[in-house]
Amino acid sequence: MKERKKNSNKAVKVKQKFSWNLMWKQRYLLMMSIPFVIWLIIFKYIPLWGWTMGFQEVKPKSFALPIWEREFVGFENFKRAFTDRLFGQTMVNTICLSILGLVLGTFIAILFALMLNEICFNKFKKVTQTVSYLPHFVSWVVIASIAKMLLNDGGTIDTLFGKNLHLMSTNSALFWVVVVLIEAWKECGWNAIVYLSAMAGIDQGLYEAAKVDGANRLQRIWHITLPGIKPTIVVLLIMGVGSALNVGMERQMLLSNSIVQDHAMVLSWFAYIRGIGNNDYGLGTAIGIFQSVVGVLLMLIANKVSGWLGESKLL
Amino acid sequence: MAKTNSSSKVKSREKILDYILVVVFIGVLIITLYPFLNVLAISLNDPIDTMRNINFIIPRKFTLNNYISVFRDNNLIKPFMLSVVRTVVGTLVSLVSTSMIAYVLSRRDFYFNKITTFLFLITMYVSGGMVPEYLLMVRTLNLKNSFWVYILPGMIWAYNIILMRSFMDGLPDALQEAARIDGANDFTIWAKIVMPLCTPVLATVALFYAVGQWNSFMDTYLYAKDLPTLQYVLYEIMQKAEMKIDPHAADQLVNAVSPLSTRMAVTIIATVPILVVYPFLQKYFVGGMTVGAVKD
Repeated sequence: MKERKKNSNKAVKVKQKFSWNLMWKQRYLLMMSIPFVIWLIIFKYIPLWGWTMGFQEVKPKSFALPIWEREFVGFENFKRAFTDRLFGQTMVNTICLSILGLVLGTFIAILFALMLNEICFNKFKKVTQTVSYLPHFVSWVVIASIAKMLLNDGGTIDTLFGKNLHLMSTNSALFWVVVVLIEAWKECGWNAIVYLSAMAGIDQGLYEAAKVDGANRLQRIWHITLPGIKPTIVVLLIMGVGSALNVGMERQMLLSNSIVQDHAMVLSWFAYIRGIGNNDYGLGTAIGIFQSVVGVLLMLIANKVSGWLGESKLL
Repeated sequence: MAKTNSSSKVKSREKILDYILVVVFIGVLIITLYPFLNVLAISLNDPIDTMRNINFIIPRKFTLNNYISVFRDNNLIKPFMLSVVRTVVGTLVSLVSTSMIAYVLSRRDFYFNKITTFLFLITMYVSGGMVPEYLLMVRTLNLKNSFWVYILPGMIWAYNIILMRSFMDGLPDALQEAARIDGANDFTIWAKIVMPLCTPVLATVALFYAVGQWNSFMDTYLYAKDLPTLQYVLYEIMQKAEMKIDPHAADQLVNAVSPLSTRMAVTIIATVPILVVYPFLQKYFVGGMTVGAVKD
């Protein structure tokens, strides 16, 4: 980020002053950007403006009214969302799923990257890597279809173990673990790319020096590789904390079934059911605002804490 | 003497680690590939034979009937074509838009560069949320059940702009300068000079958009249930298999052959196009991921 700033400053040495002459000179650049800025405003900034609905009473009928004629109700929508009978369990699910996902996902991706970094059979390494990207490119619908065949009662895994493990039909925290493991399986190869490139950036001289000093392989991993990729890990963790409440509705909806419903509900799904399913637009928007604001706050806090601990910071 | 002894011990121990790694990697390969091979085998196996035991990766009674029957059924041909069309159209539209705006934003002398970049980057971190977006599509723009709901909302990803712009930053200035002296305008420079040089990054970004389009499911679910794509049909088949309430209510699609074999055949059809493309673009997207990581 800092490097980019420096570069751009170098490129534009003098700050340009507005003039119609300049606009005429850059008319092609203007024409090439205006359609997309309009697109941006319509599809990204109008929904942001829609946040006002979180503080209004908006029902399908009153949606047609101009914004100033709808009734402002302050934080009433938030109050209703927080006291909803589904809200408590939904929050617990969301938080547990994202913490589990972040910890397990990061751990498995780093482990995989470390192994890829250590193995010396290049062909074998390449094949494994290519194969490991496959699940990342496959849709959640396909993953769910495969997962259900493997994990449902009487599925492949059950056949393999010769008994019913109830992996997808136990209404308990087991469902969180199953979901998180499926996601880790899907994304571990892809997420390892970033860690691998961080490892490639570590000074090879350090390894040579450690070898001379008699450090074995595991010691080299522990004392050189892991500290070398620590900044990357920290930055990715901070960003992960920032999206803690944004557990995807798509994944939950596709992997769950009516039996595990209680442990599958997450905030964005809750917003969908109440906001779009029940046409309670105000409440749905309020949950979205809650997710965004808490996400940004969590990210800032994580960033601060990381700074206090003397680690790298995102901002 | 003691030193050489210990170092040889260390060496043999490190060799053992190599072999342990090989074993672990074979395990990884099996865990990743087995589910896909299992699905493929079931989709190519006789449905009645499959009911005996579903745990196999080589078809026991080979048949193409599962595929023939899902394709003969009109219910699948239309969604398949729709998926193909939205992938092709969506990717092309996205590629042109993204590369054009990325070029403008790579021009540091553009007067509105900073503000435009800022406006695009903000959208990576804050979004309006599901309900306002839903209302925009359905109530304000009236895009419900329109093909454009597949193309327009996700037309440009800010992340891909960054990817392309940082690639364009690395291109030599001299060519553009020469063209400008020859009287070429910015549009011509983008189309004739910058774009041809951008093939590697265009390949990466095209892959990202195409995969996103092909795999997209939520937009059909939210906005266009009348225009089902392949992914949505697979979802519906899964839902029906799950309900098992009234066997007569099940679709003809499901009736034709056993539900599991049908589902697996559709699963494979929904997977194969990606499988064919991504290994060849690997060297491009790995670089792309890394650029993004550094810039973040």
